[in-house]
Amino acid sequence: MEVITKETIRSDKIIKVNPFKLNPWRRLKDLLSGGLMSIVITAILALILIMGMLLLVRSWPIMSTYPLRELLTSTTWRPTRGEFGFAPFIVGSLTVTLIAGFIAVIPALLSGIYLAEYTSRRSRSRLKPLLDLLVGIPSVVYGLWGILFIVPLIRDHAGPWSDRVLGGTFPFFARTNPSGYGLLAGGFVLGVMIFPIIVAVTDEVLRNVPREMRESLQALGATRWEATKVVVFKASLPGVLAAVVLGFSRAFGETLAVMMVVGNNPNIPASLFDTAYPLPALIANNYSEMMSIPMYDSALMGAALLLLVVILFFNVVARLTIMRVSR
Amino acid sequence: MSIKRRRKIEEFIFVWLMRLALTSAALVLGLILVIITSRGLQALSWEMISQPPGAAFYLGGGGGILNAIVGSLYLAAGATLLALGIAIPAVMYLHTYARNSRLRHVVRLVLDVLWGIPSIVYGAFGFALMILMGLRASLLAGIIVLALVVLPILARTFDEVLSLSPKELTEATLAMGTTRLELLWVLLRQSLPGLFTAVLLAFSRAIGDAASVLFTAGYTDSLPDSLLRPVASLPLAVFFQLGTPFPEVQARAHASALVLTAIILFISLLAHLSMTRLGRNVIR
Repeated sequence: MEVITKETIRSDKIIKVNPFKLNPWRRLKDLLSGGLMSIVITAILALILIMGMLLLVRSWPIMSTYPLRELLTSTTWRPTRGEFGFAPFIVGSLTVTLIAGFIAVIPALLSGIYLAEYTSRRSRSRLKPLLDLLVGIPSVVYGLWGILFIVPLIRDHAGPWSDRVLGGTFPFFARTNPSGYGLLAGGFVLGVMIFPIIVAVTDEVLRNVPREMRESLQALGATRWEATKVVVFKASLPGVLAAVVLGFSRAFGETLAVMMVVGNNPNIPASLFDTAYPLPALIANNYSEMMSIPMYDSALMGAALLLLVVILFFNVVARLTIMRVSR
Repeated sequence: MSIKRRRKIEEFIFVWLMRLALTSAALVLGLILVIITSRGLQALSWEMISQPPGAAFYLGGGGGILNAIVGSLYLAAGATLLALGIAIPAVMYLHTYARNSRLRHVVRLVLDVLWGIPSIVYGAFGFALMILMGLRASLLAGIIVLALVVLPILARTFDEVLSLSPKELTEATLAMGTTRLELLWVLLRQSLPGLFTAVLLAFSRAIGDAASVLFTAGYTDSLPDSLLRPVASLPLAVFFQLGTPFPEVQARAHASALVLTAIILFISLLAHLSMTRLGRNVIR
């Protein structure tokens, strides 16, 4: 049996820490590491700014030589003759993105709704990894799949069919290019790629809508789908739209998969089967020769800057919307 | 038709539309895997994955893609480590030092936005940076740019994991009289399994990304031997071999894609398992 003496009580005091009398070494360590970590945080916050600045500096030669309006609207791209018109690439990016949207958005929204509103915990835990897998597949594999499967499909079946049935009345569906490489192939591959992103964000947004909202609606006699409709349209429409915007911005910046199937011709596409040349593909395709032609590297850096600005805009708007909806 | 019946039918139609959408997604995923596997297997051989390219590899000569496999592993591992070195302090800061939730919101927003920036833009940025610093295409440059690509993925996933740790743990730890730095170690141990999953996720993204290493890591037929020399990567091996006009080389591209897909599937599986298995000793 230990006898409690004055000494043991005193030794207990050692454990008690007065926060204002911290061991100076511990305090110094705390302060130093805090300082270091805040530097890292600042660096991350500044990264976008640094990227934008550097790309701006590198693309300045071309920006200061040609008026911006001419760069953005001119349709001739002949770097060797000093003609840098970005219009075909901007149009190419937009059309491919739009086609991807046409293919992916509605199924993705429906899937996201199903995942958030209809699945049990168990079937959800089986479906989620499937979507993660789709996100994880590298874009070069998507591109290869496009070449092996989508392009022949368009060349041999979809193209001739569309030309026969719709091509006569709508020139947009005329088969102008028999190879199968083109807008439709690029849009399809991209659609498959952005599908899981839209699903994931829709699911996230819908899960943040309070449960009571659905329960009270169902208690009033609404079916599950009717409750979902109200929830989607009243409470989380901005969030769902933001999900779509995020999918579009991903499609706008995707490089390799599109580049492998879209044909890469700097023309303004007039038909679904025409070739196109999106901005990211322009950058990726010409990296090797960009130093040999004057202004060429500046033009490509300008393309990267353009891409960055457009995607930043859509991402910031979409993310802010989602944050507001989720709160 | 009564209103009740119409409502039932509407419900029925939409539920089946949703199931159809999900099923078609699963079908497409299956289709991708089946096509890549069946085409890849035709050209896959032990020689393909055990040897670097021979003399006339891109004309149909012998050899394999060992250079790309090893190069990709180096690139991805280096990038993940570097990103880890940035992400851990940054995210830890948010959960220990940063008192105002405003900073957290801003950092999360910035990380999410960085996540959305396409890797070709990171590639172009990296290239501009290399010119500025007088660097040539090399393993080091590739690692740096890839680290930027995976940083937001790593940091955001880790951030989510840390957010799951109970608030009481933080409070109890601080109540013991620890400094915030000491709290950080407690939180780190608590979130280690989740961090591991985040690392796997970042690694698999790094191994599959091609657009960012296109300018920065270059390409070479030899095995990587120095940080300052160019290095091959699997996605680019697929891409370059597909670009040749020879069917036998294109078939090798299919095999390379299969190797890449297999690595990614393996890592995804690992990440999935680590998420469910490793978390058992963590306080929830």
